Parts: sequence; C-alpha cells; structure tokens
Amino acid sequence: MKQEMTGAEIVLQSLVDQGVEVVFGYPGGAVLPIYDTLFKQNSIKHVLVRQEGGAIHAAEGYARSTGKVGVVLVTSGPGATNVVTGLTDAMMDSIPIVCITGQVPQHLIGSDAFQECDTTGITRPCTKHNYLVKDPNKLSPVFHEAFTIAQDGRPGPVLIDIPKDVQFAKGNYVEKEKILIPSHRLFEPEIFKHDDKINEVIDLISKAKKPIFYIGGGCINSGPKASELVSKFVEITGAPATMTLMGLGVIGSSHPNSLGMLGMHGMYEANMAMHECDVMVNIGARFDDRVTGRLDAFSPNSKKIHIDIDESNINKTIKVDVPVVGDVTMVLTKIIQTWKDKKLKTNASDLKLWWDKINNWKKIDCLNFSNDEKEIKPQYAIQRLYELTKDKKTFITTEVGQHQMWAAQFYKFEKPNRWLTSGGLGTMGYGFPAAIGAQVANPDALIIDIAGDASILMNIQEMSTAVQYRLPVKIFILNNEYMGMVRQWQELLHGGRYSESYTDSLPDFVKLAESYKAVGLRAKKPEELDDVINEMINTDKTVIADIWVSKEENCFPMIQSGSAHNEMVLSKDQKQDESSAEKGKILV
Amino acid sequence: MNKSVYDSPDNTAVSKRHILTVLVDNEPGVLARVIGMFSGRGYNIDSLNVAEVSNDEHLSRITIVTEGTSEVVNQIEKQLLRIVPVHSVSNLDEEGSAVEAEVALVNIDLNDSNKKKIYEVCDFYRARKIENENNSIIFEIAGASERINRFIKEVNQITKIEIVRSGPVAISTYKNTKED
Repeated sequence: MKQEMTGAEIVLQSLVDQGVEVVFGYPGGAVLPIYDTLFKQNSIKHVLVRQEGGAIHAAEGYARSTGKVGVVLVTSGPGATNVVTGLTDAMMDSIPIVCITGQVPQHLIGSDAFQECDTTGITRPCTKHNYLVKDPNKLSPVFHEAFTIAQDGRPGPVLIDIPKDVQFAKGNYVEKEKILIPSHRLFEPEIFKHDDKINEVIDLISKAKKPIFYIGGGCINSGPKASELVSKFVEITGAPATMTLMGLGVIGSSHPNSLGMLGMHGMYEANMAMHECDVMVNIGARFDDRVTGRLDAFSPNSKKIHIDIDESNINKTIKVDVPVVGDVTMVLTKIIQTWKDKKLKTNASDLKLWWDKINNWKKIDCLNFSNDEKEIKPQYAIQRLYELTKDKKTFITTEVGQHQMWAAQFYKFEKPNRWLTSGGLGTMGYGFPAAIGAQVANPDALIIDIAGDASILMNIQEMSTAVQYRLPVKIFILNNEYMGMVRQWQELLHGGRYSESYTDSLPDFVKLAESYKAVGLRAKKPEELDDVINEMINTDKTVIADIWVSKEENCFPMIQSGSAHNEMVLSKDQKQDESSAEKGKILV
Repeated sequence: MNKSVYDSPDNTAVSKRHILTVLVDNEPGVLARVIGMFSGRGYNIDSLNVAEVSNDEHLSRITIVTEGTSEVVNQIEKQLLRIVPVHSVSNLDEEGSAVEAEVALVNIDLNDSNKKKIYEVCDFYRARKIENENNSIIFEIAGASERINRFIKEVNQITKIEIVRSGPVAISTYKNTKED
C-alpha cells in the first residue's frame, strides 16, 4: 500500500524496512528535517560522532564485525567532504555502507550556496554508486536499491544525496518487497554458466605437486559459511594456505595448514611457498601490490586459479590461467561437491615433499625478535595482549603503520570478522572509530584498537563519543613517539634522515583519557605490561593504555618495494642489494 | 596490463585502436561516471560520442574510441561493467565485424582562385554543400574516419578551413545483434 509521507519520514521508514538498527552521524543545516524525524521515533538508534570521518569509519567497523550494512547520516558541504576518506576506504576494502548526505535545496544547487558542494560529483569515483534524489516519490525505491547495491556482488559504499526541500516535500512510500530493481544491472554469478571451469580447477589442484591456497577478504565478505568451506577444502586437499591482511581469520591461525599472512610483512614461509608453488589457488584476493611484490618475479612457475566475485580483478595485474567469477560460498560448494563426486585425491608423497620444504622455511623463525628486559618490545606487547585476551570474544581493530603489521603478525585470529583493519587505502585514524562501531554492534565483546601514537591522534576526538555511549572500547597504543613505518622506510631507504617523522609534544595519553572521563593506564617497563593489560581488560569503561615501546624497532620480515617474494629481508643487518633498493625507492 | 608502478611482466604487447560501444541508462551523471573511470585509471579516450537511442527505455549509447593492448582494453571493458547504470559493453575491434562512420562539418575559405579545385575535391569525396543564411561555404562529409582524414588533408592543402568532427559511431554487422 502506498502511503504519503514527508521525504524525511520516507528516509527513516526505508531504513526501518531495511532492518537498520543504528545510524552513525552528525547533524547540520541540510539534514535537519531528517534529524527532526529521527527525534520523533524509537526504532533507530543514532550514534553522534565528533567528526563525520569518525562516523563512516564507525559504520565500517559496524559492518565488518557483523556483515550487515553500515549506515551514515551527515550534512551537506563539509559533512559530505569529511566522509570522502571513509567512502574510499570502504570502496577499497569492499565494505557495505549506505551514506546519506543532506544537500542544499534544489533551487540553490549550483549557486555556490552556504555549505554546498557537488557531493555526487566528488564521491563518484569513491562509491559503488551514488544518487541525487530530486523527487520524494523516488526516495524509497532509491533507498531499497542502494541497500541492494551496497551488498550485491562485491560490496561497497553507496551514497544518497538529498536536497533539503525533498526532505520536507510529501511523497509516496513504497515498501521494500514492492520494489523491482529498475533497469540497473546486478551481479550475475558466472558459476552456473561454466561447469567446465570447475573441472579445470579441481583437475589442476588434484594433480599439483606444490599447491598453495592464497586466501583473501572475499572469503570474509561471502559470509561465515565461506570460511568453513575454505577450511574444509584446504583440509581435503592437505595443501598449505596463506592469507592476506584482509583474509586473516578465514582459516584459524592454529590450523595446521595455515602459513599465516603473506606479503610485504608476511611470513617468510608463506612468501617462499607462493614463489615456489606449482598451482596457486587464489580465493577472494586481488593480487594487491603489498602481496605480489615485483610483478615480473611473482610466483614464476605456477598455474594460477583465481576465484573472485569482481570480474575486473581477473588479469588486472597478474595473468591467471583459470579464472572463476563468482561468490566464494557458491563456487567452493560446487568445487567440494565435484571433488567428492569424482573421488579425487591429492598425491600424498608429493605433498609430503612440499611440506618438508615448507617446514624447513619455517625453521628460519621469521618473526623472531630479541626481547629486552628494560624496554617493552612492541612485538612482545602484542604477544602478551594476545595471550591475555585470546579466551574472550575479542575483536581487534588497528590504525595504519608498524603497529598494524605487528598486530597482523603476532595476534592470532581463529575466526572471521574479528579483525578490522584498513588494508587497501591504509587509513590512519581508522581503528578507533571502527572499534566504536564494532562495540555498538557487539556490546558484550572485548574490542581493542591496537594503535600507534601518531594514528590515534587522527581521530582522537571520538573519545567523547565512546564515553558518551558508555562504550568500553580499549585503545592499546604502542607509543614510540614516531610515525614508526615512515621512520622505518626513512631508515632503510632514505639514509636515516628522519624527516618530520618524529612527533614532538605528544599529549600525556593518561591525562587525555582522564580529561574525557575515561581511564588512562601506562606501562613503561616489561614487568608492568601484564598488569596494565589485565587492568585494561577488566575495566568496564573506555580505556587508553599507553604502552611505551622501543623507539626504533623495525617491522620484519619485509619484502622491500620492488623486490620479489624470495628476496625477503629478515632483519636490519641483512641489507637489500643496492640496485633493487634504488628502484624500490620510487615505489610506495 | 594495468599501468602499475610495479613492473609489468609484459611490456611488448601491441597497442591498437578499439571501438567500444556502451549501452547505458540515460540518467544524470552517467557520462561523468564513464569518462571519470577513464581518466581516474589512466586510460585514453581518442573520441567520444553519446546520444539517446531508446526514448521509452531511457537508454543511451556511448561510442568510445580508445587505444591500448588487448589486456588494457579488456580491463577497460570490465571496469565499465562495474558502473551500475552500464548495461553492456561491446568491443567492435574484430575485422569486418562492424561498420563505422562519422560526420564532419567543414567551413571553407573560398575565393575565385581556389574555387574550382575545392569543388573537385568535394565532388570526389562526395562532400555535400550545406546552404545557410550567411552564405558561408560549409560542407558536410560522412563516412569512415580515414576517408574524412584524407578529405581534410587535401582541402587543407588548398585553403584555410575550420573543422568539427563527431568522432566515429559504430555498429556490429551481425544480424539480430544481442547485447551480452
């Protein structure tokens, strides 16, 4: 049945119909009618952030930890431009987001009105799709379509820009079930069209002597079933499996077939196995440059299978032999079924030789670091954090930099959706608001933002949000007073000239926490660490734990830019050869 | 291959001209989405043509001439298909699989001394004179881009001209063309 409502009421009704429970936002002139409607209802909770950038990262954290769509509501002009970083982040990491922005009334569009900006123009390249809705009757179809697009195929952010006059105007509301997606094209899985591909895939895997699974975030986006299927297939084949930064948790860290993370700061054995494998099975990963290293030396002798939901990822940087376009759950179900029907087996003696080789690489113990009695080593801090939190329902978010890589290396994930980090865009300031979003979605869970002293300051204003909503988020700062990763690159590639990477005049993080009426803790020495971590966990409030760590520790192992998988640098003493270092310098 | 800063394994592939025809919803911003994808990802547009082709279904067809290796053009096609209002993309590069044509309007500086020569060239290329109120000498020529190039070159050798070109449009020669 059609009902007449104001545009603002249609917005709220659409959200309710889509099952939205929480909106992260910040009010302003061009969204006042929507906020007024929000005030008059009780079905949707609003979380008021302190800067719009925080709202979208919080929505990302909410979405990642639950698999649902994260919803953002901000005003026109600066409200909209402040969410651009988060939209790009969600685009790169495939996070389903619906972002509602207010716009100046239609008669003012194009007049350089107060707080006007070309929101759909600015956000076109950083959204999956966006809309400027000029007719209140179109609002509900647009909203329902936006939620579909955000989750359909490869998920991503969708933005809806609504002029203020449209929020006031009356229009008809149409329910979700009544909406037929108009002419817009949705994802069609290829899997049902190409049975022969599945045969090719399993044929290659069953005959492989040195197979490896290369598992990415697509397995997490496909839902919890996908992770189960991937683990199951890895077990059936007995092959080793490595995960990207986005894919951590798909296969448990303690799983015997897991080689851990691969890539720039990944495990030595994972990268060596990628380099030497004869069949590579990429499931839901995109051959990102952090993973591949130098392209012309990437896994030179392997046949490559690539399962991806986004066809544009096929052959984008690495040419593959067997592409399968489809959803991981769907494709894996079919692969496992066919494998069983054909009663296939991998060759046990070949695999044994392969595992022997891998176990030899493992002996290098690439994460080895020299612990210290006087100073807290950042790696040790994460190890302790893991040991003391592993038995709880823990979610880890991170900012971007050294601490992020140490977290990926030393925190062990057993389940999907428990690790929220900005991978593609590498957004400093992501972790804390993401933790807020994850805590809103999972009130009983332990949410820890592993942060650096520089990153945390990028969205520190959200302390106020965390405290207001009594969100017991924990911020675990590895404080070395440097932008650690910048400093590391300057040390390795720019002759140790630490240009602007030292942060002078850092705040006293304990007092900062207290000024927000949160709890501040500090550990300066290794013997204080466990007590601080335990106190942090047991405090039912927002906590900042300021952990003073060694200032000039480097994150190893490392594939330096421009190098290949088999050219990993394991420690500071092992220098990269000069010519490739010079070439690598121009790369990011 | 994409122009990544990481060395591409294959730099030897041949770059050639491709005509892409893209069927899109005729809605605001759709052209910006398409050309924004080209500029944002560093692809070239040699020419671009867009017009509505189905009024009742609100569909437009965009014809884009681009240059690249088959890998690059393949990637362009897939990136185009990620754009929500894009319905289909066809690459009309196969020899003989499509006909193409473009229109050029040429304003010619005519005087008694060059008049005869110019009319000869125009006759030869079947360029049609368009009458207009200001009595300026404007010719219209339609056909393959290559032919128009030759025409322009010849007239240019005789006198000063001003040119406007539509860029090519192309259509598949297969019967019952079905979008895929």
